[in-house]
Amino acid sequence: MSETTTAHHPALQHQFTDLRQQKEAVTLGMWVFIAQEVLFFGGLFAAYAVYRSMYPAAFSAGSHHLSWKIGFANTLVLIGSSLTMAMAVHFAAIGMKRRVVGFLLATVLLGSVFLGVKYFEYGDKIRPCLGDGPYTGCLVPGERFDAAALHLEGAEGGHAQIYFSLYFGMTGLHALHMIIGIPIILGIAFLAGRGAYSPEYHSPVELVGLYWHFVDIIWIFLFPLLYLIGAH
Amino acid sequence: MSAEATYPKDHFLSGGWDLKSWLLTKDHKRIGILYLLSISAMFVLGGLYAGLIRWNLLVPDGTHMSADTYNKTFTAHGVIMVFFFLIPSIPAVLGNFLIPLMIGAKDLAFPKLNLLSWYLYMLGGGITLYALLVGGLETGWTFYTPYSTVFAQSNVEIAAVGIFVAGFSSILTGLNFIVTIHKMRAPGMTWFRMPLFVWAHYATAIIQVLGTPVIAITILLVALERIFHFGFFDPARGGDPILFQHLFWFYSHPAVYIMILPSMGVISELITCFSRKRVFGYSFIAMSSLAIAAIGFLVWAHHMFVSGMAVYSAMVFSALTYLVAIPSAIKTFNWVATLYKGSISWDTPMIYVFCFLGLFLIGGLTGLFLGNLGTDVHLTDTYFVVAHFHYIMVGGAIMGYLGAIHFWWPKITGRKYSEAWGRLSAVLIFVGFNLTFFPQFVLGYLGMPRRYHVYPDEFQVLNVLSTAGATVLGFGYLFPSFYLVYSLFRGEPAGANPWGAKGLEWTTTSPPPTENFHEVPVVTEEPYDYARAPKEAAVV
Amino acid sequence: MSEHHVVPLKVYLGVFLALCVLTVVTVAVTGYDFGPFNLIVALGVAITKATLVVLYFMHARYSPKLTGVVIASSIAFFVILVFLTLTDYVSRPWPLTAAG
Repeated sequence: MSETTTAHHPALQHQFTDLRQQKEAVTLGMWVFIAQEVLFFGGLFAAYAVYRSMYPAAFSAGSHHLSWKIGFANTLVLIGSSLTMAMAVHFAAIGMKRRVVGFLLATVLLGSVFLGVKYFEYGDKIRPCLGDGPYTGCLVPGERFDAAALHLEGAEGGHAQIYFSLYFGMTGLHALHMIIGIPIILGIAFLAGRGAYSPEYHSPVELVGLYWHFVDIIWIFLFPLLYLIGAH
Repeated sequence: MSAEATYPKDHFLSGGWDLKSWLLTKDHKRIGILYLLSISAMFVLGGLYAGLIRWNLLVPDGTHMSADTYNKTFTAHGVIMVFFFLIPSIPAVLGNFLIPLMIGAKDLAFPKLNLLSWYLYMLGGGITLYALLVGGLETGWTFYTPYSTVFAQSNVEIAAVGIFVAGFSSILTGLNFIVTIHKMRAPGMTWFRMPLFVWAHYATAIIQVLGTPVIAITILLVALERIFHFGFFDPARGGDPILFQHLFWFYSHPAVYIMILPSMGVISELITCFSRKRVFGYSFIAMSSLAIAAIGFLVWAHHMFVSGMAVYSAMVFSALTYLVAIPSAIKTFNWVATLYKGSISWDTPMIYVFCFLGLFLIGGLTGLFLGNLGTDVHLTDTYFVVAHFHYIMVGGAIMGYLGAIHFWWPKITGRKYSEAWGRLSAVLIFVGFNLTFFPQFVLGYLGMPRRYHVYPDEFQVLNVLSTAGATVLGFGYLFPSFYLVYSLFRGEPAGANPWGAKGLEWTTTSPPPTENFHEVPVVTEEPYDYARAPKEAAVV
Repeated sequence: MSEHHVVPLKVYLGVFLALCVLTVVTVAVTGYDFGPFNLIVALGVAITKATLVVLYFMHARYSPKLTGVVIASSIAFFVILVFLTLTDYVSRPWPLTAAG
């Protein structure tokens, strides 16, 4: 057995007998956490399934109003950040500290680009709702929602509000997960820079990687379901 | 019995009693005790609200309180009892304390996460209690829309946040248990040598992890709806209130299995010890726990039969509901078979076992009436439902909880409590419980609706009987708090194994040392390997 | 165990390229009308992409079976949530009796 798997490794917590058990436990723990995240987002996807089946026209109109080009570009950015994250984990496993830090920072950069783009996307929809009327082009559900901007009227306007509720709710929850993840990645990058990780012990990098890839997967579904309804 | 038993000099509490040693502890045993204190406080509060409900229902004309106050009272009773007592009870107190001991581990997989779970429980509890006590909440614990999202003038968003936070306490506990049970078992402790208490908590943990996030997102949507007017559940904008019910009950039905499965695990432990006999059908009971967890996710809309949902869908859910009764029945048959030709002793925990068997049976059978579409139309939203779920949750879950507290009290505290008082209290609780809730089956069948602060005059006699029963029940619950606390100061030292029970937790001292075992145990015996010999107590 | 298995870089690059191609496909298929299968095609592409991320970026391919059980359970119960809920919405318009 390698010396570092004895009870003397500084990263070994007292309730575990060796690093291997600890690594298996924390990895399983993160997968179980991701499982509950699937159900957490799942409630919103279920609401989406129900309302899209009830209101296909309003959902199509709402979806056409989003910029698929921006969504497409942002999807590539996020997939890129998953690549850089996978690279960071790879280099952690072979102990190349500087590359770990570099790729973690690249992940943060790409994630921030994604969030920046979302900020502008949201802004276009929210800005018309502010101040005094008219609220032309306001796409925030509520009293100021401008159904005419989608060429909808009457009950369909209400259905489109539900579409945009899901748009803001689902992408907002997704963005929140990124906003939480980015500081954590930065923290781990800092620790990596200080030499906290080695081939024998780099679980935090792996675990944050699992989290980040999950966030990417959510977006992989959100993009077609929100941006690409109906033929273009 | 074991007159020579002494109190160990070195145990998990001898290290210190100061605030820091409790509030910053990572020891699963101390965390279990922290939970014991907090959920006991919640139980008292929930019980006071129950007392107020029964007091109001002494008279048919609702003169004891206004309708709005009554709505706030039953809502508070439900929210506190469901989210802050029943769901955490056995897992957070006894699961936390016992699981590492039962599998031969030093602690749970993630001790710091365990402490975080308690803090989240306290934070969620604090926020929710604020909502309930300052201004109040009148939506019922079920938060049905559009009342909760559009019309309620009360602290819905605050309560929603509190329950959201408490939900994550539950999720993290479940996560901790799953990883612990998979990865931390002692050498020789294979899955089929694990105590059934551990199997029960494994199944419960699966429900906690997969079900709770759905209510978390749903209650968040209710809060967002109220604050930002998103329209998810607003009929005026095409939202469907029934969707809320689907999402709510997707968790809240499996939640009742979170409440009963641990109690069933307790019953398996107690019944085998006090029959001095190996449990009958161990693997059937273990697999039934998993089956209940899985099938329990398929039946939620039986709470919605009269909501306006599609009848064809309701038929599917009704059929599935009949399926979920089967594993519970399998367990009950196996427990009874364990008793057969066993050597029964009537210690306090065993009295609670018998209470459970009879009351859970009635509760379970009455569930079948409700699962049937036709009869449910007549019985739903009546006192029949109230009686049904109290038979399961009090007659089942709480009897198991009390039996567990009494059985493992010597292990946790190192002290024996007074058996005489224990038995008296158990009988009092049984009598009080039945007097409270059996009349409610009759009331429900006769048509008395639930959640109304008035009722037709002809129902008064049964309501008065029910309130009388509740008074007896309240006293019954009070006594253990006295004699158990008394035992901390004057109780006889228990020794390692006062009951002569099988199980790794009984091989270490009472109370256990901080690291649980002085040497890592190696398991070679099958579980519940009771010999046909008189009860012996090992002395440490 | 994944601790001893280091996934070669070119696997990651290959998966990344596949994901980019599939993202282009995701957009391209919206130009065609598959009728009732539009949603199935879109979800099929998304599921393929997600599977690649799970298997390779998240190392599920090199992980113990238990990992697969956890992933499968979460998906299974999500599917139950959506499917059984939809049984309500899909069957609401169905006639109750022969008379409608």
